Amino acid sequence: MGPAIVVHDLSRRFGSTEALRGLSFEARAGELYGLVGPDGAGKTTAIRAIAGLLAPDAGRVTVLGVDPLRGGRRVRESLGLMPQEHSLYGDLTVQENLTFFGRIFCLPRRVHRARAERLLAITRLEPFVDRRAAALSGGMYKKLALACALLHEPPVLLLDEPTNGVDPVSRRELWQLLYRFVDDGMSVVVSTPYMDEAERCHRVGLMHEGRLVAEGRPLDLIRAVPGAARFEDVFLARIGASDEEAA
Amino acid sequence: MTGEASIVAQGLVRRFGEFTAVDDVSFEVERGEIFGYLGANGAGKSTTIRMLIGLLAPTSGDAQVAGHSIREHPERVKASIGYMSQRFSLYLDLSVQHNLEFFGGAYRLSGRALGRRIDALLERTDLAEHRDTITRDLPGGVRQRAALAGALLHGPRLVFLDEPTAGVDPLSRRRFWRLIRELSSEGTTVFVTTHYMDEAEHCHRVGLMVAGRLVALDTPADLKRTHVPGAMYAVEGAGLLEASEALRSVPGVRTVQPFGAGLHVRVDPALRAETLTQTLERAGARVASIAPADPTLEDVFLEVVAPDTPGEAA
Ligand SMILES: Nc1ncnc2c1ncn2[C@@H]1O[C@H](COP(=O)(O)OP(=O)(O)OP(=O)(O)O)[C@@H](O)[C@H]1O
Ligand SMILES: Nc1ncnc2c1ncn2[C@@H]1O[C@H](COP(=O)(O)OP(=O)(O)OP(=O)(O)O)[C@@H](O)[C@H]1O
Ligand SMILES: [Mg+2]
Ligand SMILES: [Mg+2]
Repeated sequence: MGPAIVVHDLSRRFGSTEALRGLSFEARAGELYGLVGPDGAGKTTAIRAIAGLLAPDAGRVTVLGVDPLRGGRRVRESLGLMPQEHSLYGDLTVQENLTFFGRIFCLPRRVHRARAERLLAITRLEPFVDRRAAALSGGMYKKLALACALLHEPPVLLLDEPTNGVDPVSRRELWQLLYRFVDDGMSVVVSTPYMDEAERCHRVGLMHEGRLVAEGRPLDLIRAVPGAARFEDVFLARIGASDEEAA
Repeated sequence: MTGEASIVAQGLVRRFGEFTAVDDVSFEVERGEIFGYLGANGAGKSTTIRMLIGLLAPTSGDAQVAGHSIREHPERVKASIGYMSQRFSLYLDLSVQHNLEFFGGAYRLSGRALGRRIDALLERTDLAEHRDTITRDLPGGVRQRAALAGALLHGPRLVFLDEPTAGVDPLSRRRFWRLIRELSSEGTTVFVTTHYMDEAEHCHRVGLMVAGRLVALDTPADLKRTHVPGAMYAVEGAGLLEASEALRSVPGVRTVQPFGAGLHVRVDPALRAETLTQTLERAGARVASIAPADPTLEDVFLEVVAPDTPGEAA
């Protein structure tokens, strides 16, 4: 079987901005692939192209062998997406939001209940199931959005900065859940501004100005940069930190 | 820091119905101090800030902020502080320049004085080239600097920054923190929340909230001494997370936490590194290196906020 996701020589402009400039990478089934790069590198544009929400100007995307723009139902059902700005129903409670998304994904009631319980425990939202989403704290809201997206366990999952504003304890637990998903054969592409999360991906593509400037296993990327101890050092070395003295 | 207090909070409580979001919180922040306010999601950080800036009335307790009582003169408090909210501080449809003019209007600045002030702030926050860009089209890190410029427009001596760097890349975060340090060295007090523990290291003092209560408050160095005693090893290699459960039954191992792709293992001083290596390798891991490590504020956070989490070894 070929890779679950293939991105080949993808380009896309918005007016005068070249958001993608020949981006290529692949992610296999069972792989947790991280897209990392500075703000504006093109991560969201890449993820939207993989999800079939945006047509590239040039290049090719396949998801499970199919062009997501033409795949129709088959691709829609096998692909999950959590957008960077995910919105929930503020007037619905935590529980009602989960029920609503369970219906969208047409989950059988038993499956929905089991998954929702696990996600509520991991996100520590269990005590707050009856609270309206609008009354949650910023991070709790983000975790609920993530829980709603993760209810659906499709073979291909795209997560665009899913843990912004999530505290360090919950971030570890959510990451643990992602490991379980990929162990079961799911293919996950995740973008993140957190360098410790980059270190936890199986492979990372470091994006800059619309293309990859480095790709590989995090430890190998760290070893390739002299003096680097953490992924943050790789980021700073490869993204032109020359004008930045250390913080 | 001059020893003068910028904030004196006494017994702040805020309830929403039956639920207590902030539970009897008292502290002082000195002028020019960078004060970090940390805690898990829902711990009560934003609720505390909303009370301190005069936006939300406390259920009980009071605070003096920039010399005014938040109970008696919330309007004066609002006029004397700068605030960057966790959710949105800028109009996405407006350019940076127009956003700042709008902020200026709200603080009754206008004309030449406002223009000069905007120019100076754009210069200082490195935003001159983005002046006419519509805010929506700005990268996250630039947007956050623009929001900071908005919060500084009326020249407040005290600013509240609620997760100013959420979702911002490491380079932009460094830039942002350079600005924070500059402000502090000029005597501006900075009250800041963050979920990036490396940023908290730059604070003069850090308060840690757990479920509405302020449970620890100290300098980063003293927090580490108090909450992460003993010795700490950093382990790197392969298969560590999977094997880490085996360490928990070793006598003398206090806590095991994933750290990046490796582990931080806190042990009693008598325990030898070899014991850790052997245990991990018997459990199927490959240990590439094991070395003494300095505790970080992330270690403190995990000890204080989630002392009994099983970690990631499940
Ligand atoms: N709909 C659009 N119209 C105009 N420009 C756009 C649009 N979408 C993206 N861009 C531009 O394309 C570039 C890449 O944006 P993208 O959102 O993909 O970056 P990103 O890596 O996701 O950044 P961030 O880390 O800030 O989320 C940026 O310069 C952005 O301003
Ligand atoms: N209007 C409200 N009604 C009911 N509960 C509320 C309301 N506003 C806040 N809360 C609750 O108060 C608690 C504290 O929220 P707060 O926003 O202060 O947390 P926080 O520490 O800032 O978290 P985060 O790190 O996620 O931003 C949460 O449980 C939240 O759901
Ligand atoms: Mg993005
Ligand atoms: Mg908050």
